Amino acid sequence: MDNSEKLALGLSGFLLVLFFGAIMYAAVAKDIDVPTCITDMDPFVTDTLFQTGPDTYELQMVARMWAFQPSTVRLPVGSTVDLYVTSQDIIHGFKVEQHNVNLMAIPGAINYMRVTFNKPGEFMYACHEFCGAAHHTMAGRFIIEERLDEPEIIGGTL
Amino acid sequence: MSDYTFRFSKSEKRLVAVLIIIPMVLLFIGVYGGLMQTLFRAGIIQSDPFVGGDYYKGLTFHGVLNAIVFTTFFAVAFGNAIIPYSLKKNLNATIAWIAGILMLVGSVVAAIVILIGEATVLYTFYPPLKAHPLFYIGLTLLVVGSWVASANWVPMYLQWRKENEGKKTPLAVVGMFTTFIVWFIATLAVAVEILFMLLPWSLGWIDEINVMLARTLFWFFGHPLVYFWLLPAYVMYYVFMPKLAGGKLYSDMAGRLVFMMFIVFSVPVGTHHQYMDPAISSQWKLLHGIFTFAVALPSLITAFTIAASLEYAGKLKGSKGLFGWMGKLPYFKKENWFFAYLITGLIIFIFGGIGGIINASYQMNTVVHNTAWVPGHFHLTVAGPVMLAFLGGSLYLVAQFLNKEVRLKAWAMLSPYVYTIGLLIMSYGLKIGGLMGMPRRTNTGASYANPDSVLYQADWIPYIDLTVIGGSIMFVGIVMYIISFFTTVFSKSKGAEEDAIVTFPISEPLHDEPATWLRNFKPYIIIAIILIVLSYTPVIYDVLQATYGGSLPFSPDSPVPLR
Ligand code: HEM
Ligand SMILES: [Cu+2]
Ligand SMILES: [Cu+2]
Repeated sequence: MDNSEKLALGLSGFLLVLFFGAIMYAAVAKDIDVPTCITDMDPFVTDTLFQTGPDTYELQMVARMWAFQPSTVRLPVGSTVDLYVTSQDIIHGFKVEQHNVNLMAIPGAINYMRVTFNKPGEFMYACHEFCGAAHHTMAGRFIIEERLDEPEIIGGTL
Repeated sequence: MSDYTFRFSKSEKRLVAVLIIIPMVLLFIGVYGGLMQTLFRAGIIQSDPFVGGDYYKGLTFHGVLNAIVFTTFFAVAFGNAIIPYSLKKNLNATIAWIAGILMLVGSVVAAIVILIGEATVLYTFYPPLKAHPLFYIGLTLLVVGSWVASANWVPMYLQWRKENEGKKTPLAVVGMFTTFIVWFIATLAVAVEILFMLLPWSLGWIDEINVMLARTLFWFFGHPLVYFWLLPAYVMYYVFMPKLAGGKLYSDMAGRLVFMMFIVFSVPVGTHHQYMDPAISSQWKLLHGIFTFAVALPSLITAFTIAASLEYAGKLKGSKGLFGWMGKLPYFKKENWFFAYLITGLIIFIFGGIGGIINASYQMNTVVHNTAWVPGHFHLTVAGPVMLAFLGGSLYLVAQFLNKEVRLKAWAMLSPYVYTIGLLIMSYGLKIGGLMGMPRRTNTGASYANPDSVLYQADWIPYIDLTVIGGSIMFVGIVMYIISFFTTVFSKSKGAEEDAIVTFPISEPLHDEPATWLRNFKPYIIIAIILIVLSYTPVIYDVLQATYGGSLPFSPDSPVPLR
């Protein structure tokens, strides 16, 4: 191996270690992580939203062919949501526009991620795993409002 | 020494030609499907003559034919050509034909089942969507055929080693064995998934299936699958490309090191496709992430080694300065059309590699997972460097093995450039769309891109339109290729078949280190098995203990289970 090869190998290794360091920094110092095992929760089949603190909520969401339940979630700005997602039939996918939440909804398992809504607006979640003939119509939205007295969830299709 | 020729038997030659020509027809159907997809997605068409209105049937075709059928056939055909050539030993033609027939029957059966709409499950066939049992059987035959084909090479190799004690195995042979070692380990998992889970379940012998377990087994296979695609292309980069450029392979040892690293790190990484899945602890996902970064290293080494080889070639031609060699390469030489397929692939792979590192980056995957970014990414890898190398290789093989001169060389040479331009445009559209939240595997034309729909997303439209433009240009590139390919196939042979001989552009190494520690597969296979056991035991354990219930089969057309 000549010197230029050694240098290239060293630099490549360094680059990868650097990238990996950034990942670890985000995970450890910033607490940005990927979904993990959820075992301390009973399986659920209906959607519920309840308030767990001044601006924290827990939302249980059910994906099914071809709608999310709920399909509309109305919350005030600044809400932090503990989001649990499962599927009632086949595999679906869940990602909220402009927010770092991305979850596979899989039958027989509960998926979890926490998300905070810091700005008002409408944020769509479109199903992103093929789930049959009407997959492309399966979507819902978060409506985040400045002033809101009564957070609510609405079923049905959009 | 490197420009030698080899005489294949008639039967071997015919087999290689069949294994190239039939999949080429299937590939063309698949690529046509790709073009239709871009039109569907933009709402330009609502149905096409081939799949009617069913976008997802077309997408299943596109994924299965292009990414599974065509690639597997090419890898086998290429092995059947380059291994006998490099070892100077003929194949056992009977076994090779049996393998080829198994693969053909399997692929045709799977293709028919998809076409009649009984397997609209996409190329990942995740349960609880259920396909017709014949779909699973067809895929099994394809895989078993590829196993038989590669097993056929083992005695040839062992014999060669006995006769050539102390000599280095030719690099092409190392590369092809690496390809099939990775393939064999990977397909074991999908064999378990199909034979013990999907097939009995689709036949109704068992009622329910653990969806997460099936999915995890799929991705045990699914990531190494991408190296199964990539490695034959790497063989062409290392073995053919330096010579085609008029130079030498910068370092023979680098090539051997790269292949061994792929054996070690290809498999224990599959969970990086499941970063967003439930029922797998995040620390195991992170472990698979670490190994994924490890498996990026051989690709970086390859980038360096091939660039250095090309630089050497440029300098031989009298280039000056740091980057002068880039101007001296045979980009647009009609007679050297093969080089065009390899260099375009390498250029595309710069973007493919960067995208891959982004996807692999654990939390960053949250931003891109299952969005249109993902097909944007893998068209820059499998439909880029891999596809182009395989197309170039196919044309070369078919001409050699049918004893023909390549026809319409100018078309053949320009095709990869046209394709590359289209590909860069299409992938840009898909990737930016994905970052905006556009989902993958979605007929956007019927909802998000339809102004009459409540789901209409006006800001996605320019990017969806870019995929139409890019996809159409790619299609033109492929048509140019197909015309050159079939004109060659149907042209008159160069002479009597009996005296036809085959030759490949085999590069000589510039630095030829002894590399004794890289001469044996065994230690690397053992390390690979250890890493696989360490990285997958906790994942499987998590999946089994964090899932509940089982799933009945579903058809894509109804929310009510089939039983
Ligand atoms: C003219 C050429 C091509 C065009 C226009 C094209 C277009 C597309 C588009 C738009 C998608 C995304 C569909 C969606 O997510 O809804 C797609 C998916 C895909 N393409 Fe291509 N493609 C072409 C060639 C290829 C080639 C040569 C390969 C070979 C490996 C390939 C492999 C795939 C795969 C594996 C998928 C994913 C299917 C799935 O998600 O199930 N494509 N293609
Ligand atoms: Cu869906
Ligand atoms: Cu992967």
